[in-house]
Amino acid sequence: MSSAIDPRSAATPHDVHPAEKPGALVKPGAEPVLKATRIAKWFGDNHVLRGASITVWPGETVCILGRSGSGKSTFLRSLNFLEEPTDGRVEIDGVVVEADPFHTAGVARQAQIREARLRAGMVFQEFNLFPHLSVIGNCIEAPVHVKGMARKEAEAIAEKYLEKVGLIDKRDEYPSRLSGGQRQRVAIARALTMQPKVLLFDEPTSALDPTLVGEVLKVMADLAHEGRTMIVVTHEMDFAHEAADRVYYMDQGEFAEVGPPEQVIDAPKDPRTKEFLSRFRTLGSKK
Amino acid sequence: MQTDAQQLAAAVAADEARRSGRWQLRFRIVWGSIVALLILFIGVSLNVEIGFISTAAPFILQGIGLTLLVSSVSIVLATILAAIGALGRLSRSALLNAIASFYVSFFRGTPLILQLLFWYLALPQVGIVLDPVLCAIFALGMNYGAYMTEIFRAGIQAVPLGQREAAAALGMSSRTAFIRIIAPQAFRIIVPAIGNDFVAMLKDSALASTVSLHEILWRAQNIGAQKFKTLQTFMIAAVVYWVLTIVFTAVQNRIERRLSAGDRNREVKG
Repeated sequence: MSSAIDPRSAATPHDVHPAEKPGALVKPGAEPVLKATRIAKWFGDNHVLRGASITVWPGETVCILGRSGSGKSTFLRSLNFLEEPTDGRVEIDGVVVEADPFHTAGVARQAQIREARLRAGMVFQEFNLFPHLSVIGNCIEAPVHVKGMARKEAEAIAEKYLEKVGLIDKRDEYPSRLSGGQRQRVAIARALTMQPKVLLFDEPTSALDPTLVGEVLKVMADLAHEGRTMIVVTHEMDFAHEAADRVYYMDQGEFAEVGPPEQVIDAPKDPRTKEFLSRFRTLGSKK
Repeated sequence: MQTDAQQLAAAVAADEARRSGRWQLRFRIVWGSIVALLILFIGVSLNVEIGFISTAAPFILQGIGLTLLVSSVSIVLATILAAIGALGRLSRSALLNAIASFYVSFFRGTPLILQLLFWYLALPQVGIVLDPVLCAIFALGMNYGAYMTEIFRAGIQAVPLGQREAAAALGMSSRTAFIRIIAPQAFRIIVPAIGNDFVAMLKDSALASTVSLHEILWRAQNIGAQKFKTLQTFMIAAVVYWVLTIVFTAVQNRIERRLSAGDRNREVKG
C-alpha cells in the first residue's frame, strides 16, 4: 500500500532479537502475533524513539520497563498508532501498517489502522471509560457500533468478561460510581469484549490509589496465566517478575536489555538497567 | 447517651443553621426594601393613573407572544448555525475552517443593531424586502449563532482527549467517535450555555422594536408616545421583561439541575 512511498521502511525486514524466544504458553510453530520493526519517533527535534523493535507470540505476556521519559509509553502507543511513528512498521495478526510521516498514504491507511486496532485492545493509565455510558454500555459500544455485532450477542460476551474481572454486579452502574480499581477492571473487560488478539496496557496501575493496585494486577496476572497475549508498560516489578515471559528495558528510546525476568530484573547485564533497578530498590521494593 | 463530642458537634451544627437563617432573612429584607422604595418612588412621582395603565398594560402584554416566538425561533437557528460553525472551526479542512472563522469574526465584530437594520433597511435597496419577524430572526439567530459557535467549540474541546483516544483504540472512525462518544458529553457542557443565551436573547429581541416588530418594547413605546406617558409604559415593559427573565432563568436552573443530577461526568477521585 505504502511500499512505494517510503522505501526506507519497506526495505527493513523484521529481525527477531536473539533473546526473543517464544514463551512457555506459546504453541510450537506459532507465528508472532505482533511485530513492530524499528519504530522511530521524533517530537520536533526530540528523538523519543530510536528504532525500537519487538516480537510477541500468541500467549505471551511481555513487560516494558523503563524510567519516565524513556519512550516506553510512546512506543506502546505507536503500536496502535495513537502516536504516529516517524519511521518503522507494525504488523498485528497479519495487518501491516507502515509509518507515514509525510501523510501521503490517504484513507486506505486509516482503514488499515482501524483494522489493526480491532486486533489490539488497549487499557489506559487514566481508564478513559465513557462517563455517559453504563458499565455494560462501555463494553458493548464498540462491538455494536464498530463491528456491527448484535446487541444481545455483544452483551453476552461483555457479561462473560465482567464476570471474569469480578464486576458483573456493577453491570448497570455508571463509571463515576466505581472506584479506580473497579474502573480499570471495567476498562479491561471493555477491551476484552472486542476479542482482540493482543492487549496493550499503558501503565494500568499508575493512576490508582495504592490499596487498589492489587485487584487490577490480580486480573492481569490471571489473564497472563490463561494465555492472553499482553504487552504491559509498567513500574510494577513484582508483576513483571511473576507474570512476564519476557521483559524489555527501555532507555532513551531503545531497548537496552531484553530477556526473561529472572535475567533482566534479577541479574541485569546492561549498566543502564542495573542503575534503574538499583534506584527501584532504594525506593522500597521487597526484592 | 451522647458523648461530649457529639453534643459539641450538634451545637456547632445548630449555630451554623442559625447564622445561615439570619443571613437569608437579612438578604430578603434588603431585597424587599429596594422593591418597596421603587414602588413608593413610582407611586409618588409618576402620578399613577390606574385607568391608563389598565388600557396600556394589556396592549403591551400582547407583545409577549411575539417576543417569545422570535426568541425561540432565533435560538433554534442560532443553535443550528453554532453546531455547523463549531464543526467547521474544528475541521481539518482549511476551507471549512476559514468559512466558519469568517462567520464568527464578522458577526461578532459588528453591532447587532447594525445587522438588524441591514436586514430591514439595507436589503430592500437590492430588491429584497423581508417581514420584520424574519429580519429579527435572521439578525438575532445569525448574531447569536456566531457567539454560540465559540461556546460549542469550547464544549467539544472540553471533552478530555482520553475519550477520543479510547474511542480510536476501540477501532472507531473519527465520525463514529464524535457521534457516539464526544457529542453526548459535549452536549451536557453546552446545554446550560444555550439556556443562558435564550434569556439574553429575550432581552436583545427588544432591539427589533427598531424594525417595527410589534413586540413588548415597540408596544410600550407606541402607546406611551401617543399619550406622552412613556415613563409609565416603559416601567410596565421593564417589569414584563424582568418577570420573563426570572421565569426562564428558573426553568433553566431546573434543566441544569436535571442534567447535573443525571451527570455521570463528575469523576469521583479514587
